[in-house]
Amino acid sequence: MRVKNPKAVFQEIHDAAAGRRASVEKQAVPTVHLGMATCGIAAGALETKKAFEEAILERGIAAVVHPVGCNGHCYAEPVVVIDHPDSGFSPILYPNVSPGKAKMLVKLFLEEGDPRFEHILGATVENEMIPWVMEFSRFSKETRIVTRLCGQIDPESIDEYILKDGYASLARALEMEPADIRQEIKASGLRGRGGAGFPTGEKWELAAQADGGDKILICNADEGDPGAYMDRTILESNPHQVIEGMAICARAVGAEKGIVYVRAEYPLAVDIVGKAICQARETGLLGDCILGSALHFDIEVFQGSGAFVCGEETALIQSIEGARGMPVYRPPFPVESGLYGLPTVINNVKTLTTVPPIIEKGAEWFRGIGTPGSPGTTVFSVVGEVVHPGLVEISMGVTLRTLIFDICGGIPNQKKFKAVQIGGPSGGCLPEEFLDTPIDFDSLNEAGAMMGSGGMVVMDEDSCVVDVSRYFLDFTQNESCGKCTFCRIGTRHLLDILSRITKGEGSREDLSCLKDLSRAVSEGSLCGLGRTAPNPVMTSLKYFEDEYLAHVDHKKCPGTTCRDLTAFYIDLETCARGCDVCVGCCPVDAIFTTRTRKKGIDQQLCVKCGECKVVCPPEYDAVRRISPAEGVPVVERLDKE
Amino acid sequence: MDQNDNIDETKMLRDIEGRLGVFGRERGSLIPILQMIQEKYQYLPKGALEIVGRHLEIPSAEVFGVATFYNQFRFHPPGRHPIKVCLGTACHVRGGDIILENFERKLEIKEGETTPDQEFSIEKVACIGCCALAPVALVGETVHGGMAPSKVEGLVLRIEVEKEMRQRAGKKEQDG
Repeated sequence: MRVKNPKAVFQEIHDAAAGRRASVEKQAVPTVHLGMATCGIAAGALETKKAFEEAILERGIAAVVHPVGCNGHCYAEPVVVIDHPDSGFSPILYPNVSPGKAKMLVKLFLEEGDPRFEHILGATVENEMIPWVMEFSRFSKETRIVTRLCGQIDPESIDEYILKDGYASLARALEMEPADIRQEIKASGLRGRGGAGFPTGEKWELAAQADGGDKILICNADEGDPGAYMDRTILESNPHQVIEGMAICARAVGAEKGIVYVRAEYPLAVDIVGKAICQARETGLLGDCILGSALHFDIEVFQGSGAFVCGEETALIQSIEGARGMPVYRPPFPVESGLYGLPTVINNVKTLTTVPPIIEKGAEWFRGIGTPGSPGTTVFSVVGEVVHPGLVEISMGVTLRTLIFDICGGIPNQKKFKAVQIGGPSGGCLPEEFLDTPIDFDSLNEAGAMMGSGGMVVMDEDSCVVDVSRYFLDFTQNESCGKCTFCRIGTRHLLDILSRITKGEGSREDLSCLKDLSRAVSEGSLCGLGRTAPNPVMTSLKYFEDEYLAHVDHKKCPGTTCRDLTAFYIDLETCARGCDVCVGCCPVDAIFTTRTRKKGIDQQLCVKCGECKVVCPPEYDAVRRISPAEGVPVVERLDKE
Repeated sequence: MDQNDNIDETKMLRDIEGRLGVFGRERGSLIPILQMIQEKYQYLPKGALEIVGRHLEIPSAEVFGVATFYNQFRFHPPGRHPIKVCLGTACHVRGGDIILENFERKLEIKEGETTPDQEFSIEKVACIGCCALAPVALVGETVHGGMAPSKVEGLVLRIEVEKEMRQRAGKKEQDG
């Protein structure tokens, strides 16, 4: 049946792409690579891009602005890499490029050749003049497989991906027998990156053996964790690697139809994936007889409508079928009977993106990265109180300490580390003792946390673990589909108790009730959402019981976060006469002038937003926050009638 | 005024009905149809759910059931300046709820509502994905990072001032 050799066909496509690129990059002109994923745009990349283009045009310089995806360095957005070969400098990475900075760089660097050292983060290749970014641990301690090309190529150009050896793995896979591909994936030990860590090779084997009609492959990009966005970044920055992974999977399991299930809240990702699928189709990498082989496979995009529970595979299928996204009992598993009763393989974006490198470099290479039980890498979105938040791809087995303190730069403002919440609403809260825990599926499960979605929130001494647990419960309670009684009613009660505790109305019985209820919810629920919903509560109760007790017994919030238990006051010792900054910024006019022309806070009016503490000039630093609220010194307000 | 609204709604429903032709009548079209309507009108008018039910030959209660299940769908038109406050994890830790509260206080509406003059609406959203800028709020399409209570006042004030300036300019043109 095979008509042509896939590798030969691929070589033709590769050469054609090279030809097209060569005509674009004919002369060596300076190139401005600008991160234009959602995160970059949110930080102002559109204005920066406009400023570059205007300034280049205005000055009549031959230079091009090259939009690329996101490289994960959120703290530095908008990120710009300027490659100016004539200047004698290696490509330079500039962080936080505002439109003003952009105009300045065009004039001083592109035109006059001065790279403005004070604005540089580093050079992207090793050289003698400028520190190489790989000398910084934020760069060097990462291992990039899934995000290797994110932020380097234009996601809207298939040629750029092909020239980075993209789709070569597909050509290779087409020459392999499907059973050999599955064997390779099994041998690699790849585990599903959606959170649970089911071995991907096994899933594919089950799917390949399933009979009962045409098989369907779904790429699960329904990223629901409110603090994680790696799937979106991958789709926005390098969609073709996802498509390639899907095509290889289709070959391995014998699927002809693929669906990318992506949230409608990610309009840019939807747009970019749609374009990428069209390009792949036009190039002959999707559709009939892919690369001249017998493989028929095509992909369509389904937009998910925003329900956390739809990350669960049976709920996801329900929602594609046009129903409420409620999980159904397994077995039968989707690989036997899934979408419209057909055998359905559902893999996470990161799982599928990991496939092409495994086919390219082999299972042996992949097993060499990470730990024996969890080979490979994992992508985390590290947020909260760290110096360098963003997306980080590390090999499994790296410790939390390395991730938080070396890669992400530790806690800002000389604050102390308190806890790290891993895995979003399904994960757990771990204290300092666990900083040396290696990050992999099994160690995290053992500690009570979970790989989950890959969201990671770092908390310093001023955060409250009770409040964060309440936050996640609020989220899961909202997102519970309502099918199982324990999840529907149990999460509501958990939330009510936690809210009570954060208001200082909790009792010791509430704590034991939390424990019992948590166990009941996790045992009495059908799907992963309900089973893991109590995790934030259970782990924080286990490791931070003293914080709960402080809330319950002393009405005190040790992190001074819970607003009902804290109060603000102004230290009259340090407050300056005649300074009115806090008065001007208070949204509820709670700040008044005392007889000594210093300031006081009217506790009845104060909404505890903390704005006065932020604006108080550092030389006075007079606003204090204390808990319990009863301890606040009384300053009488005289101007009140 | 009410009459105008009715005319608009009838027109809108007729338009929606015309757009349904390209969708199949199978159940799987339901969510794409609802998404199409919302994209066009920013919300799902009540009458539209009935039309969709007729098209797919399912009870409109079914349609309503699905539409209310998902966070994406809205049942009231948003304001001219829709405000979205991010309550993702990073924004929560940095006080996103305080920002939401300030918008609510300033505009005298609750989350999910629209001001009577249709100028503003407030919504909360999960992570926008610029956690380094937390807390974050979107006004229209513009992202405002590092939000603070006093910035809330400033943003609302600016929109109001701009509106007034436009009105004055419009009036001047009419007069002159």
